[in-house]
Order: sequence, then C-alpha cells, then structure tokens
Amino acid sequence: MATTEPRAPVPATHLLAGYDLDARCHHELLDEAGAVRAHWQPLIADLEASTPLQMRHRLDFVARQIREDGITYNIYADAKGADRPWQLDVLPQIIDASDWAGLAAGVAQRAAVLDEVLADLYGPQSLIAEGLLPPDLVFGHDNFLWPCQGIRPPGGRFLHVYAADLARAPDGRWWVVADRTQAPSGAGYALENRQIIAQAFPEAFRALGVQQLGGFFAGLQEALRRQAPVAPGETPLIVLLTSGRWNETYFEHVFLARHLGVPLVEGQDLTVRGDTAYMKTLGGLKRVHAILRRMDDDWCDPLELRGDSALGVPGLLGVVRAGRVLVANALGSGLVESPGLLGFLPRVCERLRGEELVLPSVATWWCGEAPACEQALGGLDRLVIKGAWPSQRFEPVFGDRLDAVARARLVERIRQRPQAYVAQEQVRLAQAPVWSAGGRARIAARASSMRVYAVATPTGYAVMPGGLTRFAGEANALVVSMQRGGGSKDTWVLAEARTDAEVVQQREIRAADLVRHDDFLPSRLLENLFWVGRYSERADDSTRLLRVVLARYADSGTTNPSFNAAVDACRSLGMLRGTSAVRRRLMAAVVDAQAPGSLLGTLERLFWSAGQVRGRLSQENWRALMELQRDIAGLSPDTLGLGDALDLLNRVLLATSALSGFAHDDMTRDDGWRFLMIARRLERLQFLGDVVARVLRHPAGADPATLEWLLELADSIITYRSRYLSSPQLIPTLDLVLCDPSNPHSVLFQVAELRRELDALAVATGERAPGTLDAVEAALRGCDLSALETSPLGEGGRIDAMRGVADLATAAADASRALSDLLTLRHFAHVDDVSQRTVST
Amino acid sequence: MSTTSASAPSPPERVAYRVVHATAYRYAQPVSLSQQLLHLAPREVPRQRCGVQTLHIEPAPSRRLDGTDAFGNPLTRLEFDRPHELLRIVSELGIERVQRDAALDPSASPAWEDVVAALAYRAGNRPDATTLDAVRYRFQSPYVRIKRVFADYAADCFTARRPLLEAGTALMHKLHRDFTYDPKATEIETPLPDVFAAKRGVCQDYAHVMLACLRSLGLAARYVSGYLRTTPRPGRARLVGADASHAWIALYCPGEGWVDFDPTNDLLPELAHVTIAWGRDFGDVSPLRGVILGGGAHELEVGVAVTPLAEDGPRPAIPPRRMA
Repeated sequence: MATTEPRAPVPATHLLAGYDLDARCHHELLDEAGAVRAHWQPLIADLEASTPLQMRHRLDFVARQIREDGITYNIYADAKGADRPWQLDVLPQIIDASDWAGLAAGVAQRAAVLDEVLADLYGPQSLIAEGLLPPDLVFGHDNFLWPCQGIRPPGGRFLHVYAADLARAPDGRWWVVADRTQAPSGAGYALENRQIIAQAFPEAFRALGVQQLGGFFAGLQEALRRQAPVAPGETPLIVLLTSGRWNETYFEHVFLARHLGVPLVEGQDLTVRGDTAYMKTLGGLKRVHAILRRMDDDWCDPLELRGDSALGVPGLLGVVRAGRVLVANALGSGLVESPGLLGFLPRVCERLRGEELVLPSVATWWCGEAPACEQALGGLDRLVIKGAWPSQRFEPVFGDRLDAVARARLVERIRQRPQAYVAQEQVRLAQAPVWSAGGRARIAARASSMRVYAVATPTGYAVMPGGLTRFAGEANALVVSMQRGGGSKDTWVLAEARTDAEVVQQREIRAADLVRHDDFLPSRLLENLFWVGRYSERADDSTRLLRVVLARYADSGTTNPSFNAAVDACRSLGMLRGTSAVRRRLMAAVVDAQAPGSLLGTLERLFWSAGQVRGRLSQENWRALMELQRDIAGLSPDTLGLGDALDLLNRVLLATSALSGFAHDDMTRDDGWRFLMIARRLERLQFLGDVVARVLRHPAGADPATLEWLLELADSIITYRSRYLSSPQLIPTLDLVLCDPSNPHSVLFQVAELRRELDALAVATGERAPGTLDAVEAALRGCDLSALETSPLGEGGRIDAMRGVADLATAAADASRALSDLLTLRHFAHVDDVSQRTVST
Repeated sequence: MSTTSASAPSPPERVAYRVVHATAYRYAQPVSLSQQLLHLAPREVPRQRCGVQTLHIEPAPSRRLDGTDAFGNPLTRLEFDRPHELLRIVSELGIERVQRDAALDPSASPAWEDVVAALAYRAGNRPDATTLDAVRYRFQSPYVRIKRVFADYAADCFTARRPLLEAGTALMHKLHRDFTYDPKATEIETPLPDVFAAKRGVCQDYAHVMLACLRSLGLAARYVSGYLRTTPRPGRARLVGADASHAWIALYCPGEGWVDFDPTNDLLPELAHVTIAWGRDFGDVSPLRGVILGGGAHELEVGVAVTPLAEDGPRPAIPPRRMA
C-alpha cells in the first residue's frame, strides 16, 4: 500500500492522537475535517470525562463478562482445535436516526424481495422463464432443494429472519455485500453485546436515546406463534433446532432458546409419524408446530435431502409438504445467498414489486455471461473474485494482490468455468473507532462492516434497530474477519425523537394462558439432567472420601487402621487402582483422567453432561462448573503435592456444595429437576450403602477413628457431637447414618425422598411408581440396633449383627442400582437408537 | 461386448414385458421406525406403454402415499411404525416397448457447440419450455461433479462442429472401450474422480462419468434408471446388468428431444430397455431409499427379471443378488 496518501489533520483531543484519518475511507466517528460527528459527541465527552481508573473498571467489566461467556463459548470446542473467544470492543458503533431510517427501509425491502424470489423459484419459476435470472444460479446451486419445489410454506412466507451484511462506502452510503437467508446467525450475539456495553456506558446509553433490541426477539416469537399451523384449541409448540454443540455458534443457540423461551432440540429429539412432527418427551410424543432452525436446510431431512446427514429429522420434509409444521426459515431458503444473484436483483425487484431497489448491492458481475466475464477479467485489479455458490469453498481472491502467475492461473480458471465465479468491486470499508488494546488510552481506526437483521411480521419486515458490527484486527485490512483477529461491537441506533414506540404488538398473556408446568422437556434432556445429578453427587461423595484418606495419610501415614479402612472403601468403589506407591495412587485417584474411577474422570463426565443441558442451567450454575473445570485443568498425579491436593479437594467440595445448592434452590420444580434430584438421591444411596457395608465388614470397622470418618463422609459429625457429646460409637453412628429419617445424609432419608419423587413422577407420566425400594425401606424402619450392644456372652453375636446390618446396607445400594436401571430403561431407552440410511440399487 | 450388428434380423415393432423387481432387507435387530421412498413405478415415456403395476409390501406399511417427485417420476412414500426385522418389496409391472418409426440419424443433429450456446443464459432471453426443461440437467449434482478432466476426456470426441449425436456416440464408444465392467470395484458412495481414475465400475458409474463429461462441456444430460431384458433374443449376447436394475443416460438434442445412450453396453437403447425414472443422477431416482431407526447391521437382496410376455412361463425366477 502506497504511503503518500493524503492525510487530513489529526484532531486535538488526546484520545484521538495517532488516529489515522485516511481520507479514502468513510469514518464513523469523524467527519472529513476530523471533527467528531454530532451523534458521537455524548459518548466521546463521557470518555474524556472518565478518569483512567473509571475506564479501567469499564474495560475490566467488559473483559470479565466476555471471559465468562467466552468460556461457555469455547469449552467444548477445544477438541476441535477451534478455540475462539468472543471479542467485543468497549466502544459501540453509533448510527444516527436519519442515517438508520433509510438503511432500515432498504433492508426491509430487500428481505421482502428475496422472500418473493424464493416463492417464485420454488413455485412457477417465472424469473427463469423470463430470462431475469440465469438457471445456473438456481439449478446449479447446491442449496436449491429439488424436493422442495412446489411446496408453499404457511402464509407463503419463506424468510422469517433475514440478515444483510453491509459495508459503508467512502461517500457514506451503505452497500449490501451479502445476503443471509439460510439461518442468519449473530442476532443473539448482538443482544449479548448490548447487555454488556449498555452497562459499561449507562449514562451515555441513556443520554443518547438508544433504541432497544427486545422488540425484535418478541417479534420473532410472535411471528412464529401466529403463523404456526395449529389445530383449533392447540397452543403452538415452537422449538429451536440446533445442529448441536459442535456448531461454532452453539452458544448463540442456547442463548436464543433461553431468550425466546422455547425448547432447544437436536434432530434426535424430534420424530415424524405420518404427516406430523413430534418432540419426544417424558410424557410421550408432543406435536411440534414451528421449528426455528439453526441447521442448514440440506441437513434437515436425511430421507429426502442430504442422505449423509445424521443431524436432521427423517421425514421432516413430508410434514412441511403437508403444511403441518412451520420451518423458519423455510427449507430451501439458502438458495438466495448466492453472491451471483446480487447483480440481477435490481431488475428482479422492479419486476416483482414494481419499485426500485432501495439498498444497492456492491457492484457484482456473474461471470457466466460472456460480456460480464470479459469486463471482469479486464478489471481484475479493483475486483474481488468469489465463488458463485456458497458450497464451492472458494476463498475470495483480491485481484490486486495477485502476482502475474497467480493472476494467469485465476483467469484460466474463470475461463474454464465462468458460471462458477462472481466478480465484485472492492469496497474501501468505513473505519470504526476501536478502543486500542495496548498501553495508553487511545482510539484507533479499523475497517468495519455491519450485519443487520429483519424479522417477518404480519405487516411486513421489521428491522432490528441495531445489529452486529464487526471490525478488522489490523489497520488497513481489506476484509473484516472474526477468525483473523477481528472483533465485534455493540451497535447503537439512535431514536428519531424520544418516542419509545414499540414496533411489535405483543400478545397479551392472560390468566388463562398461565403455564405452570412445562410439558415439553425432550427425553434426551431428562437423561442428561439425570447424569448431571449422578455425577455431581458422585463428585461430592468421592471428594469427601478422598479428603478423609488424604488427611489421614498426611497425619499418620499408612499405619493407621482407620486409614486402611478408608483405603479399602476407596478400592471397593474403584477409585484406587494399580500397584504403584500409595502416594502416587492416591494422587491418581484425584487427578488422573485415565483412571475411570478418579475424581477428575467423574468431573469430566459431569462437565460433558452439563454441556448437553447448558440451556437448563442458570448462568451462575454454569459459571460454578466452569470455574471448577479451570481449577482442575492441567493437574498431574506426578506433580501434585499433598497440601495442594487437599486444598483442591476443599475447593471441589465448595463447588459441589454450590451445585447442590443450585439443584435445591435454583431450578424450577419440573420433571427435569425431578430426574436430577432422583439421580442425586440414587447416587448418594448407593455410595452410603456401599461404604457402610464395606466398613462394617472391615476389621477396623467399629474403631472410633473409622466411625469418625464415616460420620464425616455423611456430613453428620456436628449432629453426632451435639447429640452424644462423645467420641463416635457404633450404635449411634449407624443410627445417624443408616436409620435416622431426619438426617438428609442418612440411607433411610434417601430412600424416603426417592419414594416421594417417584410417586410425583408417576403422577406426571401416568405410570405406576416402581416398588423397588419397598423392602429396603421396611427393613430400615424396622432395624433394631440393640443386637450391636456389647454382651457378656462374647463378641460372636455382635459380629453376626454387624454382618446383618452390612447386608442391609448392601441391599440398599443394590436397590439403588436396580432402580437406576429401571428408570433408564423406562424413560431413556429410545434415546440411544440410531437412525441409518439405506439405499438399494 | 458386441450387441448390435447389421446382420441381425430386423427387430419386431413392439415387445411386451413382465418385470419383477424384488428387494428384501433383513435386519440384525428390529427396526422400530422406517420411512422409504420408492422409485419403482414406470413413468410415461414416448415409445413405452405402461400396464398395471402391483406392489407387494411386507410388512404392511402404516402409511402409503403415492405421488410424483420433483422430476415428474412416480414416487411412493411408505412408513412402517411397527417393529420388524424383514422388509420385502416386490414390484411387478406389465410394460410394452415400441420401435422408433424411423432410425435415428446422428449426422443430421446440430453441431454440439450450437447446442451449448442455445442452452446458455443470455440476459432477457426467454427460453422455450423444452429448453427450460433441458437446462435443469446441465449442472453439477451430488454424484456428478463438473470438472475439467471430464471435458478434456471428451475433447477428442467433441471435435469442432461435429453433430451432437455423433459426438455423443463417439464418447459412448470411448467410455465403453476405456472402462471395465467390475461390480467389485466400486460402491454407491465411491467418488466419481476415483471411478474415473480406476476406469472400472458398474452401470451407475458408466452413466455418471458420461454425464460428467457431457455437462462439463455445457450440454444437458440426465440419468435414466430402468431395466434390461434378462434373457437375450436368440443370437444376441446377454446384456450387462440384466439381473439388476440398470442405468444409462439421455442427452438433450434440440429437434430430437432426449436421446438415450447406454455406455455400459455401448448401444442406443431400443426395445430391450425399460425406463422407470430419470433425474440428475442416481441419488434422485434410487429404487429404494430410506431411513430406519434401529436395525443394526442389515443384508440386502435385490433380484430383477424382465421377461417378454410371449416367453413368460408360470412365474419368472428371481435370481438373488447379495450386497453387503
């Protein structure tokens, strides 16, 4: 890039010292003379008035929010090596009201045009017959879904959500660079950005009269609700269909589902019977009326569309064809994302709507037409060459960046198959002000682009007053790419006057519409909540036991009989393995991920299961899990010190207690919660039963030191001391740990609670509660501990009695195992069934 | 495989066939839900008259919908919602093929470059209905990729100003000469470039390669699925692919319409070919395509018999063919 460009004077304010006022670009913040534009002045004034400490707080606040969300965004992407924390600049993009009005009208019109184009191309195809669109861009497009021809979606609407990628040219006009019609992403991030940045600049935000984003999402919800095909008297069930947690924007899927208040489902949560789509829930199949999809359309139905897809719902297209489900956007909508279409759109708009296209596209030529192709090849220096179809995976090539050889190769390639390429004029992108990352407080210029969203409403397309602004990571960049170190901005659209006119008419929720019970929990979700419950309780139990063992090992080494009893319990539970030195094995039991019974192994299974139900966990709950994961990451049994290990166990215990608190106090009492609680009880019952039985069969089982740690495991040591004011003895310890119905850590308590939850579950599902626990409960209630008293007749009777109690404890643990199997079989068995595709010749 | 010769006795005007196409899936574990799409009923085509079709389905489907697909082919959709370990579908057709009135004269067809130009888009130009239909089959599709190697391969057949059908016939000869029929060499999912590199495959592969060549040149060509007469007439060689469903291609020729080429047997299909369906490639018209829930491993048996009615015995034997 030449260095002799004209430079306007740099403004005086210290924040802008060093700002590169490149006269060849539009600057969002500054006018041609370098003065701050009027609509930015309140924010700049706010910045100038801030002390360095205030600014530091602001940046820390944003960074903290980002880190927390960034963690959630990344956590499971690690395995794919796609670690991309969300980048958010503290400065918003600000657009004034008059600028916005024209832009919004243009975006709304464009959405309407593309909606009509889709209706034509999947219907009469008159645009092709009249020569207004090349057949190549339709029939040659992988996203033209042939089986969707002739389908008219509910209300004739194809595009429910539309997004335009916009660039601002040097003269300040907005141009469309690309249309997003498949399943536009980023609206959720825009909302997320807003929630952070509005808090970072509360005064400026209020003073400027920034328009709210909430109406857009309410509009989307309302549009789906209105257009979903329902039978009389039915309330529409709307779901958000995700391609799963490996999707790069999965965070947004979770965020949106929660914000819209709809179930987040994967393909396997849905099934098609006849011409109806259903969600698999605990209470059976529930009809689904509308699907907001965040899955590319060709993946949505392995029966009729791409057969190599395991993500979709077999038969979904049949339901769509029968008009029995609304899919937003309609299947096949990806078709009009082709950049080849841009050049044809003005005439298409005139033909379809009899009006001029308000918002121009960046000048684009489809090379399939010979004259256009020659023109493009002649002017390569100022053009970007793109693939005509998104599926080509052809990275855009900038003509002026090619050497002679590469250029000749490109020309040859285009001539060989011209219809596969599009030439687009390079736009010199507008510069947005970005808070400089390093050192001194300073504002720098970065190339930026903006994604703006529209939602279909009964009265036309409503445009979200805001959007997702993105900027390049480096100065003088030609493209804006989040992957290459760029970032995002909150986008503030200023209101015309201070009228808070709500765009969308919201449905009034009346007393009769109140919902107290969620019937729409996918069974897969229940299963995962079940495992979250089991693993979090197991983590808690293992941590307590390991703490007992390590603390005693630190105190008195391996000679203590009560230590040996605890090690024996560990071994019986599969937590201690191998024959290496005791210390090494103990550390492995804590942090060796390879050892299946280790605490780390349990925690990793917990994180995985929790990741599957992230949408059901509160932010705080999730955060607690993430902190725990950070704590334990990277520890090795070979380097972990004893003190550090004990410290770690204490922190884990704190975290698992927090999880238990969330479970008890933070979740709605629905069937999902019920499964989670049942799982926790089952796990605790099994653990206590197994450990008590093992202790009673150990030679040191009746030692006060052993009983003391048994009480510690059951978190009952304080109760014991206050009741008996003595060192632990066998009978009161067993009473407290086994038979006391008021102790939340006793075996009987678990059994009684399980009985209660199973009865409630039976009411919900209409099935009979299993009687698996009946015998154990009766035995515990009738348990007579007097046989354990010391007798003048010798120890024989007492030893027999200890065996009897041990058998009872084992029976309790076994009942827990049996009940777990039964519940799994009854409620989750269908989840593991796998769809497969078959083809005959 | 010489199948046509000038000395053969002149063929009869028309032949009536009885077609039996049996498909059986045996599943290792019960299938709890199965959805199947069937391309088994013949479509109406010039010089082919369709009689009755009967479909025996076991177990009885919980739902059956008869309609057409996006290409105008008859399509039957079946759903089975009861657990089953066997799915057996037998299609029986009566069908009659009729000889062309006049023999095709490839040398009379337009120069291939003119056809390419007529099919290409020109702004504002309103193509007629036939051309509009033809242009749908000019592009890349899931099994047929457009690549330079295919155009290069066809280049010595498509010499300057050569009549389209002559050039097409030359390409068919070349393909047949260069490729070896080998059922063990490929599977349905073998990528076309691999087939092309190995020069081995079955009728689907021959058809896909020929389609790729024609479309890479800018021509319109479609995939045709159907059957071949099982036992040849006396004095004729048995056709390759006669014990299974068969595939060939059709090339669009302005004035003439769609002209069939069978590259596997190196001939222009006549009375021995029965057309069932057409599309862009195999994926559009596979005889049975489905998604099942459960089932585990499965075995597939397909048998096809195409018997001239005059020679029809009590019931044609169905030779089983096993596939992995």
